[in-house]
Amino acid sequence: MAEVMLRLHIESKVFHTAQGELPVLGNIEFTLGVREIVALVGPSGCGKTTLLRIVGGLDTDFHGTINWDGTRVPRIGTVFQEPRLLPWRTVRQNLLLAQPTANHELAEELLRSLDLALFRDAFPRTLSLGMARRVAIARAFAIQPELLLLDEPFVSLDTTTAARSRDLLLNTWRERPTAVLLITHDCTEAMSLADRIIVLSDRPAHIVEEVVVPHVLRTVVP
Amino acid sequence: MLLLVWQIAATVAHSRFLPTVTSVLAAMVQQTMSGALPWNLAITLGRVAVAFALSMIAGCALGIAMGRSRQLDLWLDNIVTVLLNLPALVLIVLFYVWFGLNETAAIAAVALNKLPNTAVTMREGTRSLDPALKEMARSFRMSRWRTLRHVIVPQLTPYAFAAARSGLALIWKIVLVVELLGRSNGVGFQIQIYFQLFDVTMILAYTLAFILVAQTIEWVALQPLENWATRWQR
Repeated sequence: MAEVMLRLHIESKVFHTAQGELPVLGNIEFTLGVREIVALVGPSGCGKTTLLRIVGGLDTDFHGTINWDGTRVPRIGTVFQEPRLLPWRTVRQNLLLAQPTANHELAEELLRSLDLALFRDAFPRTLSLGMARRVAIARAFAIQPELLLLDEPFVSLDTTTAARSRDLLLNTWRERPTAVLLITHDCTEAMSLADRIIVLSDRPAHIVEEVVVPHVLRTVVP
Repeated sequence: MLLLVWQIAATVAHSRFLPTVTSVLAAMVQQTMSGALPWNLAITLGRVAVAFALSMIAGCALGIAMGRSRQLDLWLDNIVTVLLNLPALVLIVLFYVWFGLNETAAIAAVALNKLPNTAVTMREGTRSLDPALKEMARSFRMSRWRTLRHVIVPQLTPYAFAAARSGLALIWKIVLVVELLGRSNGVGFQIQIYFQLFDVTMILAYTLAFILVAQTIEWVALQPLENWATRWQR
């Protein structure tokens, strides 16, 4: 087992709605190793995105603890379910603006590595969904993250595009390995990307099963 | 085309209340040579510029604040609605009565006429800010300044342009009324004088010059600027 970077223990997470309290997450406990890819799989609406938001520090209203290795919160690159690019900035500017200080070289490398070099000066509006998703992935890598949070990064793409995007993601990751927490409800996606799969139940979510994926299953692109 | 119809109609009518295009143009040239037209036009433009700037700055600030705070919005909503529906003339007259027939009262009255319009537009803009992008900015730990400049301002820009365009149109009109009622220079004042003399040629000469300037500003400043700011939409 690799060095652990995150120990997460959520006791509960409740949404306060007009109809009363809605428990979203139950008891969930897991660890994430440095450079480990963990997939969270579960039925839609079970609170996977909420879990990711908690890890990303976007939601602090929960019971439980997040322990980072050491005391410092790592640099976290997030890929949301929708690309969430700035439509008024070009692809390249979107990458540069996410970085604390603009690193042009890294941005160009990432655009090449995710097959976006030709579109570096395009506005997001002109991109297909698949491309926009890859820009969002490039942007997350552009901050040199220690942890990458991917929220269904290839959902609603056709099979071929999704497979190709996965390969590009994996290749990029091999060049710049980082811990990854991936949400998906696609088992193929989980098997072809993750080292370990955590299966979540319906709401309120708890862990049903943890599966270690044999590495041979990972799609390897020459 | 319009000018041609006008010229023909005026020639046929042969009335001193509908002068020909050529005579109006001649009056324009004559007034320009004498310096009266440029001088009064410059004064009016100055008033427009100051009132426009004031109402945009105050209106944007107020609108954004109202869009962000429900409390403030509840407080001010009624006042803004009243101001929005108040005839421009009432404010102008009241300001002249309260503050005297001076430049400050004139400009303040114009600016206040425009302010609620800007505030309402900017309030809508602020309310429609995309929370998803805000969250994205937060997750990437963008600084406040960077978030403001690259995430917030671009979303408000179309609203600001809408406010500017309708605002300029409104201010052109109101400034002339203000001048007509209580100033002793400017295009509005000139029109008032020539109205008393029943000199339609002069009235049209000033109007035409005024229209030309207003259109030029739209063509050389407002439109190119807006095209540039919204180039990502095309």
